[in-house]
Amino acid sequence: MLPKWRRLSHRSMRVTEVKMTDKYNMPDARGHFGPYGGMFVAETLMEPIRELNAAYQRYIDDPDFIAELDADFQHYVGRPSPLYHAERWSKTLGGAQIYLKREDLNHTGAHKINNTIGQALLAKRMGKTRIIAETGAGQHGVATATVAARLGLECVVYMGAVDVQRQALNVYRMKLLGATVVPVESGSKTLKDALNEALRDWVTNVDNTFYIIGTVAGPHPYPAMVRDFQTIIGREAKQQCLAQAGKLPDALVACVGGGSNAIGLFYPFIDDASVKMIGVEAAGDGIETGRHSAVLCAGRPGVLHGNRTYLMADDDGEIIETHSISAGLDYPGVGPEHAWLKDSGRAQYVSITDDEALGGFHALTSMEGIIPALESSHAMAYTMKLAPTMAKDEIIIVNLSGRGDKDMHTIAQREGIKL
Amino acid sequence: MSRLAAKFAELKQNNRKALIPFVTVGDPNPEFTVPMLHAMVAAGADILELGVPFSDPMADGPVIQRASERALAHKMSLRKVLALAAEFRETDKTTPLVLMGYLNPVEMMGYQAFADAAHKADIDGVLTVDLPPEESVECVAMLKEKGIDQIFLLAPNSTDERIQKMDAVGSGYLYYVSLKGVTGAGHLNTADVEEKLAQIRKNTALPVGVGFGVKDAQTAKTVAAIADGVVVGSALISKIEANLDNPQKAKEEIVELLTSMRTAMDS
Repeated sequence: MLPKWRRLSHRSMRVTEVKMTDKYNMPDARGHFGPYGGMFVAETLMEPIRELNAAYQRYIDDPDFIAELDADFQHYVGRPSPLYHAERWSKTLGGAQIYLKREDLNHTGAHKINNTIGQALLAKRMGKTRIIAETGAGQHGVATATVAARLGLECVVYMGAVDVQRQALNVYRMKLLGATVVPVESGSKTLKDALNEALRDWVTNVDNTFYIIGTVAGPHPYPAMVRDFQTIIGREAKQQCLAQAGKLPDALVACVGGGSNAIGLFYPFIDDASVKMIGVEAAGDGIETGRHSAVLCAGRPGVLHGNRTYLMADDDGEIIETHSISAGLDYPGVGPEHAWLKDSGRAQYVSITDDEALGGFHALTSMEGIIPALESSHAMAYTMKLAPTMAKDEIIIVNLSGRGDKDMHTIAQREGIKL
Repeated sequence: MSRLAAKFAELKQNNRKALIPFVTVGDPNPEFTVPMLHAMVAAGADILELGVPFSDPMADGPVIQRASERALAHKMSLRKVLALAAEFRETDKTTPLVLMGYLNPVEMMGYQAFADAAHKADIDGVLTVDLPPEESVECVAMLKEKGIDQIFLLAPNSTDERIQKMDAVGSGYLYYVSLKGVTGAGHLNTADVEEKLAQIRKNTALPVGVGFGVKDAQTAKTVAAIADGVVVGSALISKIEANLDNPQKAKEEIVELLTSMRTAMDS
């Protein structure tokens, strides 16, 4: 019998040929991935987290919940998203066949909505009337505001004041959707500070408020729950790859900020030992400059935002400000399951600089007519390095986690173009 | 018997309640802290909570957040907090000192190194906001070995089961957070606190300090009537923030506020 938390993968998938083994079985009952994860929060949040976990455990087993989630994935999000063989790009790079998992084609333009749909359905069942969220690039904020609008729930989104400036378009989208966007002026005024502020809101309004965390971080059950909602990416990709290419892929590539799109792609392949999994972090100006967000490549274990994981912290344990051209990767922590996959050697983590990411951005745009988000461009840039080292009959699945429309201003500005 | 246990026993014998001020160490500057601590003891403080500044104080309201930022601007750190605590101890061997902060600085130092360093600085208790009992087994054991109490928070939504858990692993005292929210927020509701304290006492014999929302002599007196200790933090730090150009004045105002609290609590 599979543990409960794996059955969701089974049920909502409607695919029988994918065999789930019981080899990989993380996290434990209190949310630990080896030494990582856990529940490191102030006492006031322990009871709401217990409630959330109880509700989650109950509804992932509930046929009505699964049916509603599946229907929303299909009719509202537009799933399944295509697995697209980028033939021209593959040929040009001269190595492995590159397949793009088109999460950019989802409603709202990124993978984020897979998770917000799931959590919002849970919020509704728990009788919560108010939704809060943190956001960096604004994609998670938009995806949250979207589902809140649809369900008629009040929505407050915390966003670092710096990000409010650099992602003005998404701020406007959230406001149109009826959300209140609160600029956070404390600390470095970016994603981590937005998360701090959302936690403060939650601790104050626990009775009526559901906190939709946007990535596979935070206290248990968030890392496992967000992963489970995002595994639709990998489950579809696996089925599609088998159908289209007749075999499993040889490598998976995805960008990692908090790591939700990566874990969503990786997870259903964890027990397939032949499939390499590569997470791509943001090296910003270069790891050697100190201005980067490559937490797994250059950080160290610590505790922040409710879980133990790799962090960017100094010798005194203070959190270091990070940098990336992509706001969505600009975070000093990473999901605890990635920390575990790194230490266990099951996944590899590499990094790509801002400049390299722009190279990936332009390559995909010009070769395939697909404009990727800056976050996803990091995965594209690494694919350009990896593909030529592989044989022509090998397959890479790259997660195209979001579309690039939101980044037009950033890229134009960087390249000295006035719009 | 630990200094904290002895202090609460002594207070009980004299039918008094503990006045427990909190200040962020190094705010507004590192030179301010040790004289301030001595002055607070002279004004009637029984136990001192030393806030260890952290870059991401998730459970704190804006007043203590800004205090952390000011202290960090002076490169304050857990190591330096311990050094200042040791300096305080040179002339005060009796007042219990409790470190209050977040887990990450402790994680970076390592639990054993931290327990050793805290012992060397003669620290009596440690309250780590984001370390619930479930995750604390290792840390508590190492502190206990050095005779240091681990103090846990209780909240309005803590169940009987959780209070019993705190009772089993915690020592020194328990800190009841009187409202759902962050430090410095709102006003405490005496009737609610009284009701919750009755539930807490059914589940533990440890002394209970109450904080969050203690702003003036009147709230201190009200809380003292039902709790074993009164914790005051943001109200003191507001005095520092209001007098950043004149720390001496901040010190005087803090002493004045604590003195009025002491008087009200004892009357």
